Amino acid sequence: MSEEDEVIITPSQRTVVDEVAVSVQDVCITYRTTFEKRPTLKQAVMRAGRGKRQVKTVEAVKNVSFDVPRGTVLGIIGHNGAGKSTLMRAIAGIIPPTAGRIEVTGRTSTLLALGVGFNPDLTGLENVLLGGLAAGLSKEEVETRFDEIAAFADIGDFIELPMRTYSSGMAARLAFAVSMHMDPDILLIDEALSTGDAAFKEKATAKLRELVDNSSTMLLISHALATVRSMCNEVIWLDHGQMKMRGEPDAVLDTYIEAMHVKKTAAVMNDF
Amino acid sequence: MSADAAIVGRPVQVYEPYRSGLPPLVPYVKNLWRRRHFAIELSRASMRAAHTDTVFGQLWLVINPLLNACVYFLLVNIINGGTRGPDFFTHLIAGLFVFNFLQNSLTQGAESVTKGGKLVLNTSFPLLLLPYATMRTSFYRFLPSMGIYAVLFAGLEYFGPRTQKCNAAGACVDLNTLHFSWIQLLAIPVFAFIWLYVAGLTTFMAALTVYFRDTTQFLPYATRIWLYLSPVLYYADQMKPWMTKFEMFNPLYPILGLWGDVIARGQLPHASWWIATVAWGLGSFAVGTLYFLSRERDFAVRL
Ligand SMILES: Nc1ncnc2c1ncn2[C@@H]1O[C@H](COP(=O)(O)OP(=O)(O)O)[C@@H](O)[C@H]1O
Ligand SMILES: [Mg+2]
Repeated sequence: MSEEDEVIITPSQRTVVDEVAVSVQDVCITYRTTFEKRPTLKQAVMRAGRGKRQVKTVEAVKNVSFDVPRGTVLGIIGHNGAGKSTLMRAIAGIIPPTAGRIEVTGRTSTLLALGVGFNPDLTGLENVLLGGLAAGLSKEEVETRFDEIAAFADIGDFIELPMRTYSSGMAARLAFAVSMHMDPDILLIDEALSTGDAAFKEKATAKLRELVDNSSTMLLISHALATVRSMCNEVIWLDHGQMKMRGEPDAVLDTYIEAMHVKKTAAVMNDF
Repeated sequence: MSADAAIVGRPVQVYEPYRSGLPPLVPYVKNLWRRRHFAIELSRASMRAAHTDTVFGQLWLVINPLLNACVYFLLVNIINGGTRGPDFFTHLIAGLFVFNFLQNSLTQGAESVTKGGKLVLNTSFPLLLLPYATMRTSFYRFLPSMGIYAVLFAGLEYFGPRTQKCNAAGACVDLNTLHFSWIQLLAIPVFAFIWLYVAGLTTFMAALTVYFRDTTQFLPYATRIWLYLSPVLYYADQMKPWMTKFEMFNPLYPILGLWGDVIARGQLPHASWWIATVAWGLGSFAVGTLYFLSRERDFAVRL
């Protein structure tokens, strides 16, 4: 450390430093929610009469620890409900951990399953601007990227129209274009490659590959195991909120695929 | 590691469980200020979407509260046998315009977080910006109504009926019923406290709506009842003494009383109304903000 203090590191030389971009330390995340999808006062009043309120506790992430060095592309795999999205949203600072600590060095950009476009009455560009401002960029920073984003999303004049006029594929294109062009230090991607048509998927994959080759830091959740295998330097396997395995993509993926097959047959024998 | 980060100039964020019920306030406020342009742009964009920025949109912002006020004036005047003069009209519109501000802020603001949907789910930012954006919008909708108020007041002062005032010696002078007074400038600081009061209520409702999505259905009824219980359609001193006793529970009683005295009658009201308005303003702002902040980390999970 004392030696390093002497060295002046400029951003362009950052890959030289073996720096930790994301440090997840013994993190637990517990959800406490009621069953109601859309809680209302009416329900609460009716429930008060019966005097019970069903609360469900879900331990979505249990004692997970890992470090992601800068320049690593980390794949996160696991069954539906394993806690992948929960973990990623905690790293993005959206939901706080119930226990443990997460340190993130640098600005993150999220491409989560839900995409951009929070307000369907506003145009694509307005949504892009608002998303950027919320993420902490300045208005100028977002506006200088408008052309690139519009060109990459390639949705033509729709970019000037309210987002309620978009197809889900168009919204996904825009979301992808935005997160790629925000120049984040750390890119968080949650199952976002599965949307869009074949042509766009190809374009998106090419763009991601470019980022991978430029040794960007990335966390990638995907069910496309082939994508994970080809893009990631490292893979984490989450199983019911716990880290089951971590290592080289080939090793983890092979074990994962094998376990899935075993489980499938076990399920057939035990569960029914 | 942190030394490296400092050299390269990247921010280090630490996410830990909240120890107390509140996020650390100083960094929160700094962050809020840094991202204020989000609230400004959101407010602008939603005004654009509602065509508030077009000529007809602007015109509607002027006509709508005026029509509203005329309807109430007619109604009240008919009930009272046509005895109401211009002084009552100014009292009525001054109160109604502020009440509209409160109602707009509450109804729009209550939905601000739940409407934030995907942005709340996908981005980490101070969510207090969402109700603040609607507060900005409703303030910009309120401003033109103050313009109308000034024009109407000036018109009624000039063309309105005159009353004769006679002294003991029998010498009489014609006086305008209405006249401008420097006291009316006090409306600006009074409105600042009204803003604080409404902002507190709005943030409170924004948080509450996450837990009870149907609050927006009850709000129109609640606000209308509140309007009828407040001295807008009548004067505070018209109320029966037993009614005034209950008015200590109605924050709008001193607040609108003060507002009406200052801006419509140009007279200095009792100190108790000043104290009550300041107290309700600061109290509501503090309680609303603290409730919102104590719940905020839950929103991304509940939406
Ligand atoms: N908002 C929420 N409220 C309550 N439980 C949730 C919520 N989001 C996710 N969960 C639960 O947490 C667990 C992990 O979910 P998630 O992180 O979405 O899994 P994955 O992305 O790996 O499919 C699941 O059991 C899910 O039911
Ligand atoms: Mg998921």
